[in-house]
Amino acid sequence: MGPAEFVSLVGPSGCGKSTLLKVLAGVLVPTAGAAEVGGETVIGRPGRTAYMPQKDLLLPWRRTLDNATLGAELHGTAPAEARTRAVPLLERFGLAGFERAWPEELSGGMRQRVALLRTFLLDRQVLLLDEPFGALDAITRRRMYAWLETVWLHDRRSVLFVTHDVEEALTLSDRVHVLSPRPGRVVDTVEVGFPRPRTADLIGDAAFVRMRRRVLAALGG
Amino acid sequence: MTAVGGLRRWAPATVLLVGLVGAWELYVILRRPAAYVLPSPGRIGEAFVESWPLLPTHVATTVAEALVGLAIGAVAGAGLAVVITAVPLARRVLEPVLVASQTVPMIVLAPLLVLWFGIGMSPKIIVVALITFFPVAVSTTSGLTGVDPDLVDLVRSMGARPGQVLRTVRLPAAVPAFFAGLRIAAAYAVAGAVVAEYVVAQRGLGVFLERSRRSFQVDRIFVAVVIIAALSAALFAAVGLAARVASPWHVTNKAEEAP
Ligand SMILES: Nc1ncnc2c1ncn2[C@@H]1O[C@H](COP(=O)(O)OP(=O)(O)O)[C@@H](O)[C@H]1O
Ligand SMILES: [Mg+2]
Repeated sequence: MGPAEFVSLVGPSGCGKSTLLKVLAGVLVPTAGAAEVGGETVIGRPGRTAYMPQKDLLLPWRRTLDNATLGAELHGTAPAEARTRAVPLLERFGLAGFERAWPEELSGGMRQRVALLRTFLLDRQVLLLDEPFGALDAITRRRMYAWLETVWLHDRRSVLFVTHDVEEALTLSDRVHVLSPRPGRVVDTVEVGFPRPRTADLIGDAAFVRMRRRVLAALGG
Repeated sequence: MTAVGGLRRWAPATVLLVGLVGAWELYVILRRPAAYVLPSPGRIGEAFVESWPLLPTHVATTVAEALVGLAIGAVAGAGLAVVITAVPLARRVLEPVLVASQTVPMIVLAPLLVLWFGIGMSPKIIVVALITFFPVAVSTTSGLTGVDPDLVDLVRSMGARPGQVLRTVRLPAAVPAFFAGLRIAAAYAVAGAVVAEYVVAQRGLGVFLERSRRSFQVDRIFVAVVIIAALSAALFAAVGLAARVASPWHVTNKAEEAP
């Protein structure tokens, strides 16, 4: 994938999407194959990408703001400085007023946004997002698509987005790779050329419907 | 905690306790066992009042030994847990030794400790520490190793070194397990100090017990038993309180307090 691109991986459950992201995040060493980011291998070398796991994995003993700044702290940034950088972003992530809330006090959608903010604050050029909206209800999800696009358009980093939801992938991405069941191989690639910012009625668009049929066919095998 | 909530929480235990004491009193009134075999609860109450002037120094000594011993046991237990988790070799070397240390009966070990460390407070403190470090070490170890591996992967993906993983994820995640072990330890700490005093001591509830036994003052033995039980319960409750204070993020803790 190129810089500033939003690319999705769609595939059936268990085809290895999460596994691939863990390899790219450098925390899982594959038995064979290569993985490069910016021309350098990332195998066994964590810390090069901003990885958001499938579960939100907020630390229950840290307040919203301290969860968001976790990465900066691990990179040696002073906590005060990391907070100063994070505070203006809280508004954009819909978390203003909740900086001192414990994760247990947040709704599923808010926890997900905290996890996304934590990932965005990592200051890496490549974001790896593993089904970030998988645990949300359909209505909250739709709202999150528009929101994520806005946030992403703001600083335009490369995103590799994993999902098993075809509409989600087509709504958000510049390009969609379709994976086969395990072991996952790319069986089709769809270029999604819709202009941004995209609107909610995109789903009814004839081109969108055609793409969805094509992806579903590739998935159905 | 509200008054009504407190009442609802403690009422069943209180009713049971009052019932048992009542049945005991009734049994003594009806069957009239000799006072040196089984004194009535009323008689024990009188003995409590009579021995009141003697008690503070004994209680203070035992409590001091229990608290210092528990503190040492807690620190040692938590420290061992960290070492065992961080160094796989340490686990294989230490685990059998730790388990073995728990199989030696304290009643065997205590006289040896007196031989080595004298008749002062130190052998008692050592006994309490030996009893209490074990549940803390076992529980904290399972807390440290039972952390969600995805959480560890997350901070590793951010470039965290092993020491940082320990500090940001494993240690905080193990806090509840540490306190669970400490609660068990707290329940045994006072009784441990008393057992050690029983062997030889100048002051302490164990001494009070031993003197009462020698003079066949069974009522005073019961006084000591009640005090030991009350101190243990208080220590147990204090650790529970400390656990809540130490994990303010548990919103459910606060919710429980609502009626
Ligand atoms: N290419 C592969 N090589 C080895 N194991 C794989 C591969 N793909 C998937 N797996 C295994 O399949 C299981 C499910 O993979 P996962 O990445 O969680 O699937 P997904 O996220 O697509 O639902 C994991 O236990 C993983 O180890
Ligand atoms: Mg997955």
